[in-house]
Amino acid sequence: MKKELNFVVNGESYNLWVEPRTLLVQVLRDQLGLKGTKRSCDSGSCCACTVIMDGKAVKSCSMLALQADGKQITTVEGLANGAKLHPIQQAYIDNWAFQCGFCTPGRLMATKALLDENPDPTMDDIKIALDGHLCRCTGYNMINEAVQDAAKRIREQKLREAA
Amino acid sequence: MSNYSIIGKPTVNVDGPAKVTGEAEYTFDITLPNMLYGKLLRSPYPHAKIISIDTSAAEKLPGVKSVITGKDTPGGKYGLWRRFPELCDQEVLATTKTRFIGDPVAAVAAVSEDIAEAALDLINVEYEQLPAVFEPMEAIKDDAPLVQDDCENNINNTRHIEWGDVDEGFKNSDYIREDRFSYAAQSTACMEVHCSVASYDKGTGRLTVWSSTQSPYYLQLGISDALKIREGNIRVIKPHVGGGFGSKNSTMPDSVNAALLSMKTGRPVKITYNREEEFTTTEHRTPTQLALKIGFKKDGTLMAKEAKVITDGGAYTGLGATTLYLTGAYLSFPYNLPNYRYDGVRTYTNKVWSSSVRSFGCISALYATETQMDRAAHDLGISPIEIRRKNAMKSGYEAPGQYKIATSGLPASIDKVEARIKEKWNDLGKDEAVGFTCFAYMCGGIFNWIDTPYAFSGAMVRINNDGMVDLYTQASDIGQGTNTVSVMICAEELGIGMEDIRLHPADTAITPADLGAWASREVMMNGNAIKAAAADAKKRLIEVARMKLGENIVYDLEVKNKRIYLALRPERGFSYYEIVQDAIKLNDGEPIMGTGHYTPHGKGMVSPAFAFGSMAVRVKLDRETGLIEVKDIINAHDCGQIINPLGVRGQVEGSIQLGLGWGLCEEIIFDEKGMVLNPSFVDYKLVRHRDMPTIESIDVHTYEPEGPFGAKEAAEGTVAPTPPAVANAVYKMTGALFNTNVMRPEKVLKAIREAEKKEKSNS
Repeated sequence: MKKELNFVVNGESYNLWVEPRTLLVQVLRDQLGLKGTKRSCDSGSCCACTVIMDGKAVKSCSMLALQADGKQITTVEGLANGAKLHPIQQAYIDNWAFQCGFCTPGRLMATKALLDENPDPTMDDIKIALDGHLCRCTGYNMINEAVQDAAKRIREQKLREAA
Repeated sequence: MSNYSIIGKPTVNVDGPAKVTGEAEYTFDITLPNMLYGKLLRSPYPHAKIISIDTSAAEKLPGVKSVITGKDTPGGKYGLWRRFPELCDQEVLATTKTRFIGDPVAAVAAVSEDIAEAALDLINVEYEQLPAVFEPMEAIKDDAPLVQDDCENNINNTRHIEWGDVDEGFKNSDYIREDRFSYAAQSTACMEVHCSVASYDKGTGRLTVWSSTQSPYYLQLGISDALKIREGNIRVIKPHVGGGFGSKNSTMPDSVNAALLSMKTGRPVKITYNREEEFTTTEHRTPTQLALKIGFKKDGTLMAKEAKVITDGGAYTGLGATTLYLTGAYLSFPYNLPNYRYDGVRTYTNKVWSSSVRSFGCISALYATETQMDRAAHDLGISPIEIRRKNAMKSGYEAPGQYKIATSGLPASIDKVEARIKEKWNDLGKDEAVGFTCFAYMCGGIFNWIDTPYAFSGAMVRINNDGMVDLYTQASDIGQGTNTVSVMICAEELGIGMEDIRLHPADTAITPADLGAWASREVMMNGNAIKAAAADAKKRLIEVARMKLGENIVYDLEVKNKRIYLALRPERGFSYYEIVQDAIKLNDGEPIMGTGHYTPHGKGMVSPAFAFGSMAVRVKLDRETGLIEVKDIINAHDCGQIINPLGVRGQVEGSIQLGLGWGLCEEIIFDEKGMVLNPSFVDYKLVRHRDMPTIESIDVHTYEPEGPFGAKEAAEGTVAPTPPAVANAVYKMTGALFNTNVMRPEKVLKAIREAEKKEKSNS
């Protein structure tokens, strides 16, 4: 029996009816067409499906869609400001922080959640925050540098805005 | 050093914006109108005769549109070694028997994945279990059950390589040692699982397949063989691919079954593997056993080497026969070897088949060579670095009948790493040590077992009236940055900007045939083809500019920075855009076309060129727990002229991650019945953020005459050196010998205890 789901995704309000067993990632990808969010392990052990829910990074493959009722969700499609890339996205590009790019959307969202909470993370903070995010391509170090670079860009942007 | 405009400059990924916004579409993301979802029913037994299959209940399930079994297939067999029909050993669906746990026996297409899965449960297969064999040494016995009925002793393939006089070489040696090695299977663990979407056009009889593949042309041939369809009626499109690492070269059951189900239903069909299928039924690194004998002079000069290898091939061939040959080739690297003999055997067993994985053949060979080198150095009283320097392959080296080394930066890389160790690591703590290794890797393979009549790589460019260039290449970006490199090479050759190029990659209907992304062939082979195509088009621009200038033909023209001008008087020339328009006008309005191709000639059997390097790792050992911590790496790499430094760094560091995993923690564990026991990321451990060492990379510059702009490979060379370097560091500290990979703490402790015992009994 389908149940009602009301939530906000990337600033848009949705009213949907979903089967209770439906996962959040299925609703995002299959019903809303937001295919930037990936599935890779289906067991909550790779973090490729990470989205932000009410400010926290969550694994959308390990949550029922109905658990997102009444929540605010941001996916990778909601990160850029219109045609202007978010500083995190730009830092990932400039630092070659992805190769195949399949784990990147989830990782970008985890980076956003980290930097919202900790604007000046140490290398260790970054490694701990992203440790669950598996990547087979990069060897991680260029990602860590991108996150530090992104943090710096956001701090500088805030200073400019304050001035 | 160089006066290139684009080559050698750090360049961001041309796919960057798509990949950070979620717009990059992978096969995994594709949904077509009216699309069905396919699922495969797989054998629960390692070896079983199919008595009967009853699909009637499944067919009746609402939402099910097609159920197929072996008898519904056209009966074609397929494989990558098309020159050798007996090695094309895969069926679309098993017709008479299954050969490993996971061998597909039936396929379903339904309106949803859930319904397709439910339908699988309703298919009733009656099996008769057959005796099975799981170990290579058992498989070659006369009374062993046969995995492929017509293959005697389960010997899938043998390879012999020999030069010099090995017996004489050992006779003239002062020191001989023998070691045995054995390695486990490693998963590629691609983040995007195998998946394909096939769409059959009933009107034209043509098939379009989107697939997570690293070799679209191979897939086109594979489907053609399997389903007995004319090659030209199959179009394979490679969208963005979420990693390949060797496991996406072969044609796989997802593609051929999606294609057949689409032909049966007249609707697009998508088959996506789940993670468990990925671990249990896709190609992994070849488990290998080696017996290695080497002989040295007292002064450390390498005299002879003899290698005997047997590999666990699993149920089918894949690229495993190539792996067997390359293991033999790489066992002769990276040192001068006057006398060498290699005999390799690949066996069929009732397990999922092993094939190519990044650094295929190389890691198995190099781990043995490089750990043995340290053992010999120790016994001979020579330092590990000195013994390597003494024997290192130099430019001009030739292995008779096999390969030639045009350029080798190996000696320079040894010096550079040695110097940095002294500068940087003079503060080694207790239970810390440095391990050292050298390495080499090929720039694409010179073998044509796929039996293509085409060039190994081809490219086309079309220059349009506004100067925009359409570049057509089947170079297959699977994350390694090939798209970026393709555009860079084309732009450099035409003397224009990357923004002047629109790339059309990896679609068999519009790009020239190409042998795909494996063995680090993309820069060498696609790069040369692209450069040749751009040069072909450039010829026309130069002709037109020469006419306009009216100078004596002896003057050379240069094309650079969007201008075409006299090389000696750069102020005399025209803008690129002006010449393009004139050239098109002069050609009665036809756009300027250029074609190019590359096939290696006169370069031996293995590869047109080789990258070299040296690596040092700083390792900390916890003697109580056996835990190895790899703290820092210094790597000096000769990859010729670097095309994109950002991409090279990414390739080097990613290679280290994969190699480190093979060395420390990654192992597909099979039980005694051939079942994979750890088919998830919970139980199969990858190297993570916190495990990664810091990596200092040093560029050892060479100019490789065969490579585009002097380039070599950079994608795989550094997979192999990390594990033996780690083993060498622990050997230095403890005397412990590691003859296997996956140096888990319990194995480390055991090896240390054994070394201590040996020490005691010797004293």
